[in-house]
Amino acid sequence: MKLRRLLTVLAMFLALPASVLGGVLPDDRGDVLYHRYEGGGVTIDGPSVLVRKKAGKSLSFVGNYYLDMVSSASIDVITTASPYTEERTQWSLGMDYLRGNTTMRVNYVSSVESDFDASTYAFSVSEDMFGDLTTLTLSYAYGEDIVGRSDDPGFRRENTRQHYGVSLTQILTRNMIATLNFETVTDEGFLNNPYRSVRYLDPGSARGFSFEPELYPETRTSNALGMRARYFLPYRAALEAEYRFYTDTWEIEGHTASLTYVHPWGPFTFEGKLRYHDQTGAAFFRDIFSRSEATNFRGRDKELSPLTSYTLRGKVSYEFLDPNKGWGIFKRGSLNFTLDHLIVEYHEFRDITSGSLGEEALYELKANVYQIFVSFWY
Amino acid sequence: MNTQIAKTGRLLLVLLAFYGLSGCSIEPWVKPYERDRLADPIMALDGDPVSTAYIQHVYEAREGARGGEGAAGGGCGCN
Repeated sequence: MKLRRLLTVLAMFLALPASVLGGVLPDDRGDVLYHRYEGGGVTIDGPSVLVRKKAGKSLSFVGNYYLDMVSSASIDVITTASPYTEERTQWSLGMDYLRGNTTMRVNYVSSVESDFDASTYAFSVSEDMFGDLTTLTLSYAYGEDIVGRSDDPGFRRENTRQHYGVSLTQILTRNMIATLNFETVTDEGFLNNPYRSVRYLDPGSARGFSFEPELYPETRTSNALGMRARYFLPYRAALEAEYRFYTDTWEIEGHTASLTYVHPWGPFTFEGKLRYHDQTGAAFFRDIFSRSEATNFRGRDKELSPLTSYTLRGKVSYEFLDPNKGWGIFKRGSLNFTLDHLIVEYHEFRDITSGSLGEEALYELKANVYQIFVSFWY
Repeated sequence: MNTQIAKTGRLLLVLLAFYGLSGCSIEPWVKPYERDRLADPIMALDGDPVSTAYIQHVYEAREGARGGEGAAGGGCGCN
């Protein structure tokens, strides 16, 4: 009932007359990207292809194909299961409709794995106002997941997700633009990983502990407030600062901050970024429980542990088409390479392969994330 | 969850009122002809959407937090 009321409010918003000033649709472009993640015994790589094209003056269509090829022997996998390989295929289709200063977007995303299917339907409205100094965006997305098990064809659980977002982008001065985002996500259903286990003290076991399946709450609501500002420096370079505060009903609280510097040099653009993230752990996370079924909910997913992560990024872009001349139908073209070095320090999650019970070291993850991509504007 | 939806509904009503203000004639303090620096590609808040979506996916998989990091959708009025 309340959802219906919310949709009515959205419908009223859409029915309001658009102002006489004109907004803009995103530029027509194509991107072909290869991504590769290596770290913690896991390699994930694959392509991502995006094509965006206007149709007339008020419509723009976008499509994306994305593939993850996973080869995993992560710390979770080697301690409680066997290494595996799998694929995740994701594709999405979207449409932007511009009317005056208002842009409406719809988007559908489908993600398919051998044991996990996800569908997401997204809708948003953006309004440029106050002489195009301000852009306000309201967004909503609904997602459905089907969780299976590769070793049990009869296993089937469901989740639903809802995203509510509000964002405000503001031109502050002729050199500075800032954006404020608020996003609430609610999940309901089977939220744990069907394969993952927690460990508990077991004097009857030779190692002193045993494993049992994890058990998560069936609901989760998170709130994230993010803000960032980008500043044009006096010598044609840009500096961006970003901060996010995160909290959820599993009692994870996080702070994320980053600083980015962008420096063009002829046809090249160099970018460096430092990102820091720190979070508390979920209320039901334990590295080891005192006994079997010690608490109502139990988890040992290392991402739910208190942790601190650091990312150092380097990126170089090369504009191989002169933007003033172009080539045939292409107005611009760039070749880009990005390397992110990620370090995650877990404050409670221990590496149980590193020693016997009581002498295990805290786990630390180091990963490199590579991206190479070509972008065309036409 | 219903409480959450009710809260979001109230927030939307406040935003509607804000939207109504957009019809008021507020003199932009940064004129369109003063936005050349903001229109420079190095000032784009999300210049590489495919790359941004990918790296956010990596962070969501490796950390317990999610959301709030995306660029605002739509134009920034600086094209």
